[in-house]
Amino acid sequence: MNAKLIDRFATLFFYAVAILIICTLIGLLGYIVIHGISYISWEFLTEPPGSYILGQVGGIAPQLFNSFYLLILTMIITLPIGIGGGIYMAEYAKPNKFTKFLRLCMEVMSSLPSIIIGLFGLLLFVQYTGWGYTLAGGALALTIFNLPLMVRVVEQAITAVPREQKEAALSLGVTHWQTITKIMLPVALPGIVTGAILAAGRIFGEAAALLFTAGLSSPNLDFTDWDPTSVSSPLNPFRPAATLSVYIWKVNSDSLSTETAAIVSGGSAFILICVVLLFTIFARLLGRYIYRRLTSS
Amino acid sequence: MEKNEKTSLAVQLQTPAKRMFWMEWRGRSITYISVWIVILVLLSLLWFITSKGLQPFLNGEVTLSQFFSSNWNPQDNKFGSLYIMLGSFMVTICATIISAPLGISAAVFMTEIAPKWGKKVLQPTTEILVGIPSVVYGFIGLTLLVPFIGKFVGGVGFGLLAGTLVLSIMILPTIISISVDAIESVPQKYREGSYALGATRWQTIWRIVLKTALPGLMTAVVLGMARAFGEALAVQMVIGNVPNAPFDFFTSISTLTSMITQNMGNTVPSETFNQILWSMGLVLLLITLVFILLIRFITRRRDA
Repeated sequence: MNAKLIDRFATLFFYAVAILIICTLIGLLGYIVIHGISYISWEFLTEPPGSYILGQVGGIAPQLFNSFYLLILTMIITLPIGIGGGIYMAEYAKPNKFTKFLRLCMEVMSSLPSIIIGLFGLLLFVQYTGWGYTLAGGALALTIFNLPLMVRVVEQAITAVPREQKEAALSLGVTHWQTITKIMLPVALPGIVTGAILAAGRIFGEAAALLFTAGLSSPNLDFTDWDPTSVSSPLNPFRPAATLSVYIWKVNSDSLSTETAAIVSGGSAFILICVVLLFTIFARLLGRYIYRRLTSS
Repeated sequence: MEKNEKTSLAVQLQTPAKRMFWMEWRGRSITYISVWIVILVLLSLLWFITSKGLQPFLNGEVTLSQFFSSNWNPQDNKFGSLYIMLGSFMVTICATIISAPLGISAAVFMTEIAPKWGKKVLQPTTEILVGIPSVVYGFIGLTLLVPFIGKFVGGVGFGLLAGTLVLSIMILPTIISISVDAIESVPQKYREGSYALGATRWQTIWRIVLKTALPGLMTAVVLGMARAFGEALAVQMVIGNVPNAPFDFFTSISTLTSMITQNMGNTVPSETFNQILWSMGLVLLLITLVFILLIRFITRRRDA
């Protein structure tokens, strides 16, 4: 009798915890939506930021652009190395000391605090190269941040390819490398794409690794100038670029007017959350869609 | 003639074409280079942060005993960082004390109590929680939690309590998802055996499932702690950034990460203050490595 009563209470407790966590999430999202959606306007999305220290709100256009551009640059660097590393781990790695060491390296790298990666970026890509705060430095720092995750995603996707498909290809006499690129990579592609988009969401919101690499400021951008070598061009990878998440931090840390800071960062946080959620949902839907197409055909 | 053709074909089949050999060699090299890039980046990171962090001690500007004292006064060239390090530990431990029971309970709920409903609702919930960027957590902490604490609980709002609460939400998804994996890997027959003996569900969970999954659960908690220890921006926004002794929930304190975040941009590289920040970075790195070793130790015991 007693044991049954305790069992009832325990069940009640577990339900309470689950409901508490769900309510926390709803509360967080609700707070962001309520405090952000009213500040969103066409001007907020398309205009350069005002001097918030004087109480001007302005817009977030350059920061939003920087976030996406930095994401693209990071992916251009990360994807080839990540896919190469993932193929090695899944196909070529032999069970020896070197592979063990490699796995340890990946594990260490994936649990490094992002501020440490930011410090390393500051030392190498800002001070040592003499570039100063640049988009390129930020992209390289984010690559370090993202690489272990990407390698793991590719490795898992390739390992999940059915063994028979690999054996069939090998038995036809093609080389191992041809089997990997022509047979296994296409089959593994949905997994890789889904993982890459989820990683993109993570990169989009990252700020600590960027504070000291891509910098806290953004020069006046001329959105009609698309020559990557020009100083005011948005495409120039060697200019400082505060991203949306860095901007939220900066506005909050050095604004004198808490009211302006709340408006600017409330609106920015809303946009940031929307983009990150879209990435997550898109990755899930795409994964499901490709999975269905592959299994039905 | 016919015989001759046959042998040449056999020879061809036995010795693969040179072109194929090169193709294989090239592909293999590409993957090898990628892997070496990862290794070299990590090793140079460890080397650079270590050498930079040791600099103030090697130059003799600050001694180790000064660094590990509690006398912090940068204007007076006193860089005792003890309270800052303790601040990092306190906020990590407090957040874990809140988050570990909640996270493991949520994982039990998802696997044992209501697998269908729990998976459908709680799994996406944790995925969304993981996706929320840390500045957004910091922003919510700053505009919602800090004024609330200041008004209804005590102090100015900034401080250990605010940092603890923000971090405990941030590490929750990490703890939940790894705990779920750990609990799911407990063989089903253990549960069936327990039920067959007449145990209730709670007794089965407490005495069988959680006990068996313990190493995995410990990994989950340690990984959560590592994440809390290294989190920078969200903590910096709510912790107050004054290096007081971190033993009161309502006074502003500092952590290693908040100190680096706040001051790295405001100091010049020639200053001792700046160099001490790199030493703090080194301490942060070393403690992160200790967390990783701890996880390896736990999981190795499980394998044995």
